[in-house]
Amino acid sequence: MNSVPDIFRILPEVVLTLTGVAVMLLDAALPPKCARWPLGWVAATGTTFALWASIFQLSLPTGTGFSGTIESSAFTVFFHVLICGIVLVTLLLSLDTLPEDSHHQGEFYALIVFGAVGMCLLTGAVELLLVFIALEISSIATYILVGYRKQTVRGPEAAIKYFLLGSFATGFLLYGIALIFGATGTTQIYEIARAVPTAQNHALIVTGLGLMLVGILFKVSAAPFHVWTPDVYEGAPTPVVALISTAPKAAAFALLLRVLYEMLPTLRPVWSPLLWVVAVLSMTVGNLAALRQTNVKRMLAYSSIAHAGYLLAAFAGLDSSGILAASFYIAAYAAMNVGIFAVITLASGYDEKRRKIEDFRGLIYRSPLLGGLLIFFLLSLVGVPFVGSGFVGKFISFSAAMSGGAIWLVIIGLLNSGLAAAYYLRLALVAAQRPENASAEAHAPQAGVAVSAALLMAAAATLVLGIVPNSVLRAAENGAHTLQTPPAEISVPMNADVTPQP
Amino acid sequence: MNATGMDVINNSILTLILLLPLAGALVVMLVPERGKLLNWIALTTALTTFVLTLHLPAHFDKTQSGFQFVVNRLWLEKPAIYYHLGVDGLSLWLVVLVGLLAPIGVVASWNAIQSRRKIFYALFLVQQTAMLGVFLSLDLMLYYGFWELSLVPMAILIAMYGRKNGPKAALKFFLFTFIPSAPLLVAMLWLYAKTGSFDFAMVQMWIASGALPAGALSWVALAFLFAFAVKVPVFPLHGWVADTFSEAPVALAMVVAGKLGLYSMLRFHIGLFPAQARAVAPILIGLAVIGILYGACLALVQRDFWRLMAFAALSHLSLITLGIYGLTLTGWEGAVYQILNHGVVDGALFLLLGLLYDRYATSQIIAYGGLATKLPRMATLFVIASLAMIGLPMIGGFIGEFMILLGTFTGVSKGWAMAATLGVILGAAYMLWLVQRIFFGPESELATSKSPEDLRRGQMAMLWPLAVLMVVMGVAPMMWLQTIQTGAHPPPQSMTISYHVEGQR
Repeated sequence: MNSVPDIFRILPEVVLTLTGVAVMLLDAALPPKCARWPLGWVAATGTTFALWASIFQLSLPTGTGFSGTIESSAFTVFFHVLICGIVLVTLLLSLDTLPEDSHHQGEFYALIVFGAVGMCLLTGAVELLLVFIALEISSIATYILVGYRKQTVRGPEAAIKYFLLGSFATGFLLYGIALIFGATGTTQIYEIARAVPTAQNHALIVTGLGLMLVGILFKVSAAPFHVWTPDVYEGAPTPVVALISTAPKAAAFALLLRVLYEMLPTLRPVWSPLLWVVAVLSMTVGNLAALRQTNVKRMLAYSSIAHAGYLLAAFAGLDSSGILAASFYIAAYAAMNVGIFAVITLASGYDEKRRKIEDFRGLIYRSPLLGGLLIFFLLSLVGVPFVGSGFVGKFISFSAAMSGGAIWLVIIGLLNSGLAAAYYLRLALVAAQRPENASAEAHAPQAGVAVSAALLMAAAATLVLGIVPNSVLRAAENGAHTLQTPPAEISVPMNADVTPQP
Repeated sequence: MNATGMDVINNSILTLILLLPLAGALVVMLVPERGKLLNWIALTTALTTFVLTLHLPAHFDKTQSGFQFVVNRLWLEKPAIYYHLGVDGLSLWLVVLVGLLAPIGVVASWNAIQSRRKIFYALFLVQQTAMLGVFLSLDLMLYYGFWELSLVPMAILIAMYGRKNGPKAALKFFLFTFIPSAPLLVAMLWLYAKTGSFDFAMVQMWIASGALPAGALSWVALAFLFAFAVKVPVFPLHGWVADTFSEAPVALAMVVAGKLGLYSMLRFHIGLFPAQARAVAPILIGLAVIGILYGACLALVQRDFWRLMAFAALSHLSLITLGIYGLTLTGWEGAVYQILNHGVVDGALFLLLGLLYDRYATSQIIAYGGLATKLPRMATLFVIASLAMIGLPMIGGFIGEFMILLGTFTGVSKGWAMAATLGVILGAAYMLWLVQRIFFGPESELATSKSPEDLRRGQMAMLWPLAVLMVVMGVAPMMWLQTIQTGAHPPPQSMTISYHVEGQR
């Protein structure tokens, strides 16, 4: 059908896998006394190549490989680039902040890269079994990463919690896949889409969709499947939180878009109200809980739940505007969230001596650059116009929801973003206040080359997405178009019947 | 200068005006906090911006109505948001007013703000950009962005530099102004969903064409009005004013009141939804008159001069609201003119009270007395500003108040006009009483205990031009009204009533 070699369809994944394997082998080959940080640079270089490979895929015609199991298109490239970018920043961040003497550094870098393989695969998979495999690859890597600090109490606790709940959620996903296979006789996403309108057993498909949604919504930490988030974020090393709060979520949202808009667009009347409820719950629960937190990482964990809610609001948008809004929002959110976790990694240190909000008092005086960046990312998360990507992201997401007619969702979302301003600004104000005992804690975090590069990349991405987002918007739009357009009867935009009269 | 050079300037002047304070804020963030360097950078930026805004009236074509110095470039492709700026007779002088108040604000903060000056001046300048953006934007979404942006620095500054209860007042301010802007955004998104455009003129035409469902439109108009009415404030939505005025640093109290909300009412409520505005006008007229009297009565009994100024502002801004919702041309022109007046006079009064507060560290009126002999310069200027506030003929506020009352008398109803006039008389009472209690009478204990210096040269250099300006505005209003008239015309092809049938009731 197409002349593109199959291997090109999974080029970024291949590059990432080779990188991971290389890191593991080098780790074993190096003498035990030898410093492990060069391995981080190997991983970062490999990820950069994977990023190039993703961009190279843009030149390929949209299509599938390996007997219709994996797709490469503008949509997958958008998410590949995003995921590789996040992974790159995380690697750079870890390079300077992992303590020299920590164990298994090589495995740490390798696991990040292997996780990225799973995430990239997840965005491209058009075969539900591959979806499951990809999800497992990414999940298992992140389970281990979360528990990387074995010496602490919270590290293993977080890992076990994440692992148990995560496996449970994946079980739901698998069960849903099985039911959909039972109803349609196939696990290929396009074929399911073709089979659903004529399928006999409608209830089976709806149940399958519901179970799959549980699995996916767990991964994006949307309420009411969010309970793991604060504990895991608190226990995991901060660079890992920067990764797991963004990259796996991006991949899971890509899967959600594919399942809803490409596989089951005809079930829109079923899933749309469900997601409405989940979006409202996520925003409200996330923000209300975040208001009461004193630990910065827990606060940001709840904030990420709220952001999942804002993002899900985009799913009320019809056809390509919803996909565009969701894709853009995840990029906008990832940029500022990775940025703020990078700042927190530096400010609170690897051992996290300073993890309470109060510990950030006067950060801007101790380290003007770090404090300034913290405030910048916080304002962007609030959604202050023209400051960062948050405003544009929310605006596009709510705009899509509005075009889908979900007025109340937008109103609740906006009230929520007002509520959210309270806790973000509280942290920003604390960071801007002069510490009472200036000499007592004169800890001024030092930023190395790699971390500086990570901070710069995150800040630049946040700024670009907030001020000149057109190129990213266009990429997201191209991606939205390559997802199969839903059948005509439900893709009529609201304003199509109104003809301009003036 | 040749014609093309002028064109280049005219095409980029609004962008320059808008971005200069922002650039100043960045510079302030980057330079070290040593000596008075920050203050000077902020002052230079503010003054330069002011000079740039003066370019607008100098090159504004008074023979034309409609927007001038227009910039219109695509910012976001989808949903389509344009970087669309322009001024007309309505906004022209308001932009200049914002420019004028900025350096005064810096001077007012010169000694009052001692710690964390970097954040203060940076946020103050960001606030400038946001306010200028509100007056210049012709794209609804861009406008909304600046509207939101104007809240944040304000809230942070109140929280950080408040006198006693900063954080509480900041939270109140933020909630009062932020929550209404949520329905505003919803309304804008709804308009976009229906019309596919955020452009002011496009949306205006769509609404005028009658293609949008009327029931929903009235809700949309109400969402717009609600956001603006809180910001003005209109009675009974004034809950935030007293706390904000008594906590906010002087420089911000000067700029916060009135202008944004009143201008938005004219441009975006009456301008976009003339029919809906006409429907709610009687209610707003009633609320405005209540606000005038209520504010004046409360101002009479305040013991704290910041709170007195807050309720005085409520009273005066309600009068302007009355002029706007009287829906008469005279009233509109008077309203715009009165916004300018109020801005200048209020700015001067706040600056003077701020300087007084710097010297005596109390805002209790009862503690003062007999300062006129000790601080003669300050007393002179305060009396001039108070007279301008009261609306004495030939100075400051008289023309605007007169036009508003005339418009109400002829175009709305004699009863409302008379009630509003009563409020003006009360206004004279509380202002003169304030002057009497602070500057005249026997010297109070506080006044005898301290003998601070009178106004410095730099402060005089700020205040005397303002005093002269008040007199000029009272004597030669046509310099301003001519331009305002080009902007205060009824929106195109929309009104069923004629605006020129004043006096036929």
